[in-house]
Amino acid sequence: MDVMDKLTILTDAAKYDAACTSSGAQRRHRAGAIGNTSASVAGCCHTFSGDGRCVTLLKVLMTNCCVYDCKYCVNRCSNDTRRALFSPEELAELTIQFYRRNYIEGLFLSSGVLVSPDYTTERMIRCLDLLRSRHRFNGYIHAKAIPGTSPELVTRLGLLADRLSVNIELPSERGLNALAPNKSRQSIFRPMGLITNTLRQNKEELVKYRHAPHFAPAGQSTQMIIGATPDSDRHILSLTQALYDKYRLKRVFYSAYVPVVENTLLPSLDTKPPLLREHRLYQADWLLRFYGFRAEELLDEEDPNFNPLVDPKCSWALKHPAFFPVEVNDAGREELLRVPGVGTVSAGRILSARRARRLDHEDLRKLGVVMKRAQYFITCKGKVAEGVKLHADSILRNLIAAERAALPGTETEQLSLFDRAV
Amino acid sequence: METVYLYDGSFDGFLSCVFDSYVYHEEPLHFWDQDSREPTLFSTRDIPTDPAHAERVRIGLGRISPEALWLVIRGFLTCAPDREVILFRFIRRLMVRGRPLLRQLTDDTVFPLRKAVRHLEGEVHLLKGFVRFSDFEGLLAGEIRPKNRVLPLLRPHFCDRMYNETFLLYDRAHREALVYRPGQWAILPMESFRMAAPSQEEAQYRRLWKRFYDTVEIRERHNPKLRRTHMPQRYWETMTEFQGEDYFRPAQPEVPGSAPLPGGSAGEEA
Repeated sequence: MDVMDKLTILTDAAKYDAACTSSGAQRRHRAGAIGNTSASVAGCCHTFSGDGRCVTLLKVLMTNCCVYDCKYCVNRCSNDTRRALFSPEELAELTIQFYRRNYIEGLFLSSGVLVSPDYTTERMIRCLDLLRSRHRFNGYIHAKAIPGTSPELVTRLGLLADRLSVNIELPSERGLNALAPNKSRQSIFRPMGLITNTLRQNKEELVKYRHAPHFAPAGQSTQMIIGATPDSDRHILSLTQALYDKYRLKRVFYSAYVPVVENTLLPSLDTKPPLLREHRLYQADWLLRFYGFRAEELLDEEDPNFNPLVDPKCSWALKHPAFFPVEVNDAGREELLRVPGVGTVSAGRILSARRARRLDHEDLRKLGVVMKRAQYFITCKGKVAEGVKLHADSILRNLIAAERAALPGTETEQLSLFDRAV
Repeated sequence: METVYLYDGSFDGFLSCVFDSYVYHEEPLHFWDQDSREPTLFSTRDIPTDPAHAERVRIGLGRISPEALWLVIRGFLTCAPDREVILFRFIRRLMVRGRPLLRQLTDDTVFPLRKAVRHLEGEVHLLKGFVRFSDFEGLLAGEIRPKNRVLPLLRPHFCDRMYNETFLLYDRAHREALVYRPGQWAILPMESFRMAAPSQEEAQYRRLWKRFYDTVEIRERHNPKLRRTHMPQRYWETMTEFQGEDYFRPAQPEVPGSAPLPGGSAGEEA
């Protein structure tokens, strides 16, 4: 089998992994070494595939051979599919040559479980070690820690990679037991906790010794599959928040379940991936990380799922009329961030610009505030924008109409939902 | 009286215009470089480029605020159709109001400038990822066609990333090239540039990348509109994954028994 075939098989097997980021590690060039990591906080996207997802890293599996039999996974051992295995040398050469041509920002290495988690991780370490020591590759590496790997190996992996991730896969233990019989909640959270602790220790060491080795400088992330099990958005979002609070994760990724196998325990093969639900969860994830929201504010027992028609921030705003209107000339940053249509950047601009003079509605447009959403929730110098009616029903209707064009999913579906809401 | 200033198109030339506008006590209507000259009924004035004058303007701006100078330098690289007028109005207002002007993001002189600079920086950010290099026996070469003059801002990024390489990055739109070899760089005007046909190895890596790109898409999620939002189509022209078949064909036909290719069967795992 030549490299072209291997690349095809192992990319195809890795493409369902959502994480593709290159931010968090800032390393400049070194004499004799190849590359650096992006200095930008936003990372660096090198292309976008036909599904609109960013491609930053060479995302491949080391092998798609797997001894596990997770029901939702294309690579499960009971699936009849072509199998391949990269040799460390091949993969290192491919990474370097892609990197030099500016195709990629680095390598994302995951793997099916070959023989055992430890055996697989050792092979991954061999490959990354080859890249770092022999080829002196100084770019970004994201490595997957496989549940059940021994702590020493995870530590070694972290010293070679910029970011580590352990996939939660399914948001609840029940789902995990049913669909991934070889993985347990404990086997996933143990390495995750280990990485969190090692990161903390490493931080202390780096304060004491400047040349202490860096352990996963870009932190750790995880991913879970949405829509394969009947978990509510509330459950998923609370779990996400706990992961940020307790495990100090940098990112939690969601991956809309794409039916790849027929199984009685799974949604049928003709189910469409729940893209809109994934989109709403990401919006809420941003609210948790950058806007000072808490999961319990966004969803409660009465409404355990997001409204598909309006984004989570708008729906929060509509449920809390007492909080509004917000006077943009006096409100603090936290208040501004709760206004639909105001983002972290435009909030910063408002704070800066209003020191010069009091702002009116036209100014806000220039500052990048999305007025078609914000206009219902703000006043400028005590005044509501001209022609805006503050009636709860009409606000909802207008907010839905404002967003509809940009949403995933077909128009006809959206229209019928719209009719039902009115 | 309404006047049009004629200058040589360089940044120093523009700063000399600013200097002379204070000398002559006038606010020019337009600034035309050599390419944009046309017959006009307005009176015109030829402004000679004087490095000493330019330096005085530069120092004056820097004294008000380093950020102001930084904005003016970037503003001059943008593709805003009347960038000189935007910059000129900004500088005049800045001299009166001083540093607080920079914070007035909605001011009529600040907003257009900041907007143009944001466009420039957005394009720079995207191109850091979208530039594609080809390997010609160790020399890397790439081409772009940006709207703004991005090379001066791409330079620090690529010179750091490719510190130990030798490369050339050609800007088709502004006909200039960033050339680099370890420890040394220059941005030079270059009338034309044509990339040679790829070697066997280069062609193979192009094919591998194309294959990776085509495979990594999840077909069930196909969404061309989202792709165009993130990656406007005007960038595709110079990106490997969107080239026609010829781009992936090597210069010479394959010779049996030649050096092993990256896609060959070498390196099979024991």
